[in-house]
Amino acid sequence: MNKDTNSVLDKTEQLVTEGRIQRVGDHLKREWRLYVMLIPTIIWLLVFLYKPMYGLQVAFKDYSIFRGVAGSPWNGFEHFLALFNNDQFFRALRNTLIMSGYSLLFGFPLPIILALMFNEVLNKTFKKISQTIVYLPHFISSVIIASIVMTAFSPSAGIVNTIIGWFGIDPIYFLTKPEWFRPIFIGTGIWQEAGFQSIIFLAAIAGVSPTLYESAVVDGASRWQMIWKITLPSILPTILIMLIIRIGNILEISFEMVILLYQPATYETADVVNSFIFRQGILGGRYDFTAAAGLFNAVIAFILVMAANALSKRYSRISLW
Amino acid sequence: MANMSLYSRNDKIFVTVNMVLIGMFTISTLYPFIYIVALSMSSAFDARAGNVILTPVGFTLEAFNYVLSDPKFWNSYKNTFIYTIGGTLMSLAFIIPGAYALSRPQLAGRRFWNLMVAFTMWFNAGLIPFFLNFKELGLLDSYFGIIIGFAVNGFNIILLRNFFESVPRSFEEAARMDGANEFQVLWKVYVPLSKPAIATITLFCIVARWNGFFWAMILLQDANKIPLQVYLRHTIANLSDDHEFSTSLMDASYSFETVSGAIIVCSIIPVLIIYPFIMKYFQKGILLGGVKE
Repeated sequence: MNKDTNSVLDKTEQLVTEGRIQRVGDHLKREWRLYVMLIPTIIWLLVFLYKPMYGLQVAFKDYSIFRGVAGSPWNGFEHFLALFNNDQFFRALRNTLIMSGYSLLFGFPLPIILALMFNEVLNKTFKKISQTIVYLPHFISSVIIASIVMTAFSPSAGIVNTIIGWFGIDPIYFLTKPEWFRPIFIGTGIWQEAGFQSIIFLAAIAGVSPTLYESAVVDGASRWQMIWKITLPSILPTILIMLIIRIGNILEISFEMVILLYQPATYETADVVNSFIFRQGILGGRYDFTAAAGLFNAVIAFILVMAANALSKRYSRISLW
Repeated sequence: MANMSLYSRNDKIFVTVNMVLIGMFTISTLYPFIYIVALSMSSAFDARAGNVILTPVGFTLEAFNYVLSDPKFWNSYKNTFIYTIGGTLMSLAFIIPGAYALSRPQLAGRRFWNLMVAFTMWFNAGLIPFFLNFKELGLLDSYFGIIIGFAVNGFNIILLRNFFESVPRSFEEAARMDGANEFQVLWKVYVPLSKPAIATITLFCIVARWNGFFWAMILLQDANKIPLQVYLRHTIANLSDDHEFSTSLMDASYSFETVSGAIIVCSIIPVLIIYPFIMKYFQKGILLGGVKE
């Protein structure tokens, strides 16, 4: 009896498995083209993005170029201990947070104000021309932007020193002064991105129902009142979501621009985590130690981004993915 | 917006002040570019003396002559074209079929594959593992390495996948009736319908490739393979460090400032040429991908 049941069960299982294999076979026979289209992308992701994640193990290893990532011996959390005792790493972490914080403080409101202002422009040609111009710097490479900054702030001939010269101030070699690095870096970032970032708020404004404005006009409201009572409240959800996203990305700083503008004299205020990793790791060859710094940074960034996304999902139906 | 006759006197003042402020912001965005163009065409003496403010002083094209007669400049320009065209085509070859497969409901494990793409947007291994991986793959100092190594990008795949998903199913029914397979449905139905989205992604790729600097600097040691942005950086950094250059050329017809200006102008021109296309598609594209309901 028991034996019989077992054999029946075995038989059933075998049939189910065969059926499943057959169904998978049929599916592949019918839909193989889909998988042919998908596989290159998946292989690419595995080779160029997931393999480096596996390679993150160098952060726990004593890396030797000759042995490669997999062959190097483990050394536990030594690099992390060294990292947490490294003043330069903490300086870089602090600089990252300070510069991101100031960029958020000064850079976040400006695109909103710009979008509100663009929305009040009646002359279409004027609007189009000014928008075309203020979006432009976003598409210019950081090398060119940095070169413009270097030229404009140059001590001998730069326009900035020329202008302050009119007020009788002696030329300042701005890019060698630690106290000037952050204002220049943050100002450059805002100059480059504020216009472009206004697009998202302009789109939100475009979605505000015109009937709201019509009834406000009937009630005799001024443009200024409409901005405060209709436009701003209507785009508040978008503002909140963008704010949450920005806070989630607070560790993301355009380190490319930092590398282009900083120099040893300004490291103390300019060095950020990724420029630290670049200098010590790629230039200095301390791959294992800086991979640990990168892992630390990536894990915190991941937590922040996930938290930000969870928050924005909670407060609206909109999320980044 | 409402008719101007509905505006009160105060509103008209408000509108005017607003326009003046926007005008000022626009000019402050544009001014640095005007300044650079003016510098590039000024005499070395006037550039050094800080006489250049808005228009070229002591007009000369010597700085352009210096830049354009450098074979390394032209070589890097050629390289940038190779990376931009090759890289963009490579990206499209991966992204279009990949995004299409991910948009199909009958794809087995669809949730898993999508998550696999999205995860790369939230977490990346960082500079060092990416660099070591490139090295171990033997792709340092290679045109092919640069072209393939940055071909796929999770954001672009998801942007296009969303667009494919938004295409109503009725569009493909006729093709299905005619017995079209997935390749044909993608090529004959979805690609033509998705031109704006594909144009947006193409422009994303072109701009990213044209402007790409950091990884090109790290992964290419061979001076013959560097793109324009790396050449630009090397040249400007050398000029600004090189006191020989600054002093020996005191009476020369070009200086650090004018040569920097000329290189910047030369490398910005192609961006300005495609900029109208960017303006046409980008706004749509950024909204397409930026916020997904």
